[in-house]
Amino acid sequence: MKTAAKAMGNERTMATETGQLSNYFEAYEEVRAQGLEREPVWLQQLREDGWARFSAKGFPSTHDEDWRFTNLAALAKTPFRRAAKGEFAVSPAQLEAYRVAGAACQLVFVNGHFAPELSDLGNLPEGLLVCSLARAIDCGREGCAPEGIEQHLGRYADMSRDVFTALNTALWEDGAYLRIRRGVTLEQPIHLLYVSAGADAQITTHPRTLVIAEDASQAAIVEDYVSLGNEAAFSNAVTELAVGQNAVISHFLVERENLASFNVSTLRIEQSRSANVDSHSILLGGGLVRNNVHPVLNGEGAECLINGLFVGAGRQHSASGQHGASGQHIDNYMLVEHARPHCNSRQFYNGILADHARGVFHGRIVVHKDAQKTDAKQTNRNLLLSDNARIDTKPQLEIYADDVKCTHGATIGQIDETQLFYLRARGIAEADARNLLLYAFAAECLDRMKDSAAREFAEKLIRERLQELASAVQAAASNTTEEETQNWEEVG
Amino acid sequence: MALLEIQDLHASVDGHEILKGVNLTVNAGEVHSIMGPNGSGKSTLAAVLARRDAYQVTSGRILFNGKDLLEMDPEEAACEGVFLAFQYPVEIPGIGNAYFLRSAMNAIRKYHGEDELDAMDFLPLYKERMKLLEMDEKLMNRSVNEGFSGGEKKRNEILQLSMLEPKLAILDETDSGLDIDALRIVAQGVNAMRSPDRAFLVITHYQRLLDYITPDFVHVLVDGKIERSGGPELALELEEKGYGRAEAAEQQALPA
Repeated sequence: MKTAAKAMGNERTMATETGQLSNYFEAYEEVRAQGLEREPVWLQQLREDGWARFSAKGFPSTHDEDWRFTNLAALAKTPFRRAAKGEFAVSPAQLEAYRVAGAACQLVFVNGHFAPELSDLGNLPEGLLVCSLARAIDCGREGCAPEGIEQHLGRYADMSRDVFTALNTALWEDGAYLRIRRGVTLEQPIHLLYVSAGADAQITTHPRTLVIAEDASQAAIVEDYVSLGNEAAFSNAVTELAVGQNAVISHFLVERENLASFNVSTLRIEQSRSANVDSHSILLGGGLVRNNVHPVLNGEGAECLINGLFVGAGRQHSASGQHGASGQHIDNYMLVEHARPHCNSRQFYNGILADHARGVFHGRIVVHKDAQKTDAKQTNRNLLLSDNARIDTKPQLEIYADDVKCTHGATIGQIDETQLFYLRARGIAEADARNLLLYAFAAECLDRMKDSAAREFAEKLIRERLQELASAVQAAASNTTEEETQNWEEVG
Repeated sequence: MALLEIQDLHASVDGHEILKGVNLTVNAGEVHSIMGPNGSGKSTLAAVLARRDAYQVTSGRILFNGKDLLEMDPEEAACEGVFLAFQYPVEIPGIGNAYFLRSAMNAIRKYHGEDELDAMDFLPLYKERMKLLEMDEKLMNRSVNEGFSGGEKKRNEILQLSMLEPKLAILDETDSGLDIDALRIVAQGVNAMRSPDRAFLVITHYQRLLDYITPDFVHVLVDGKIERSGGPELALELEEKGYGRAEAAEQQALPA
């Protein structure tokens, strides 16, 4: 009996996998065919490797330790497709709400395709090269290549460990290419806006971003994922950030897609000697979100701050109900690798989970054997606003050096009722008081950002999201009270 | 019309009846002191007046300015003019002290249909009041009560009182844990707030505070009821003789 059941189970898995892969295979064939005409051989090879890797492994299951808390069945069975360039028209007016005030420039990608007519590249500061990655590679063919793409693209993001990176490598069509010249300091942030706009179609995109920050450069980059409609989209983004000696880079990831969307984003940071990188993840939207942040401190004296805030709520209201009856699911997978001595890493992630939301924090720190005098710290703090919200938090330290300092800690709590009462007793309405307390918790994350237009932008988004959440929690609380009262009366 | 009228108030916490029929009338301009042994219900009375929902009122009524106080949320009571100086002021990391107080003032102003104060209007007043309470200006931008000393926390309560200008101020054991200098400063702050439009309910275990804030009436709360009422001389008598009968009764009630 047991064996039969098991065999049937296997069969079913096989069938689903074939179904899953065939959709992506079609996409791969199309992208590959386009590439044969215009892409250099090394890139074609890279795609092929990516596809080989993905097709061999398929989507991970929850048996995979790195995916233990995140079930991808809904993602795997949704028949996503590519969108052709210009298939879904987007007007500048539709993007008005998504600008970053004070940005140096804005690159807009719609369903994975660069949209120059929606982008704003006017007045680029000196020493900054900004363009679409696909265009940069086209230029390469014509011999006016921005140098460095081949040396960097695909050299850091780890396809063998992560199938989503492999899938992105096989299927990416475009993304941003940034190069900040040696010694150049950019005052204003660079805004990369990745828009999903599929009308009724379920679109998948695989944005690929490459940032090369030369020695002693300084810049802030905002990578921002939004959706214009309510349809489910699947964004599988990979960003490689190569940071030269003494460079100081802030990277902001903003996830504010609709609640039907799937977003897997992987940020791979390669840090040279004394490079200083801040990664700020602000995860406010999306139905199923996986946020991979993977810095490798590969030069002495490098420092990184891995800072994040994730806010989840709600039951899923996707029209086709792909994610079942659960709320937002936000999975943060941190892998901080110390490869050289005297490096310093700080991870701080705060989570706020309401209603049926579920969060995951997986904080892995690997200290390689040469990385003496490593100082690594990790903190994950969580607020659960309902009995149905859930967080799984898991530290994982792998230390192969003997003279290191590594600490980790996690907390899980609720809104403090005495604090709430104190605020209300001074005249502040309950919803506002909740909002203030949520904001105070979130502000720990904001306080770790340097003062900048990017921080102001993050602050505004967080304020708006928390306002929404506080009102929703308040409404839910008053509903419960009514229900309880009724039950009580019936019993009485 | 009395400012506060408490009629036969019964209240429980977790099913235990703490207040067992409290009657009290407070007029504007008066200072009433409520004294009593530990566990007699003093803080419960304060919490009920501030509308803390962990305390269930099982019967009786409270009229504040002619309105039913028991119908009000904490924020509504505060906007109507009830202020509780907490026995244990709460620390709120991440919310600035000045920002918090301005939010509170503006919430109350909004309730009364008044314009909100901006930082420019607010700050000079705030700084001036801090100075009167001999508070370090650095506390202004620190998180609410976070890392404050006991005395700083109590002064911060009085600072809020002086800015929010309530009709009824309830001081819940504001004197406990204060050294004599801090006590004097706190009392000065309170005395400066005395006015014909404002009443005080000073809850204390000790007579000490009443050396500085002279009450018009003193009430003794024992086992959830007001057992005696009198003038300021009653406080002195209690200081001398203790709560006597009540404490004795309590001790007898304890199993041997």
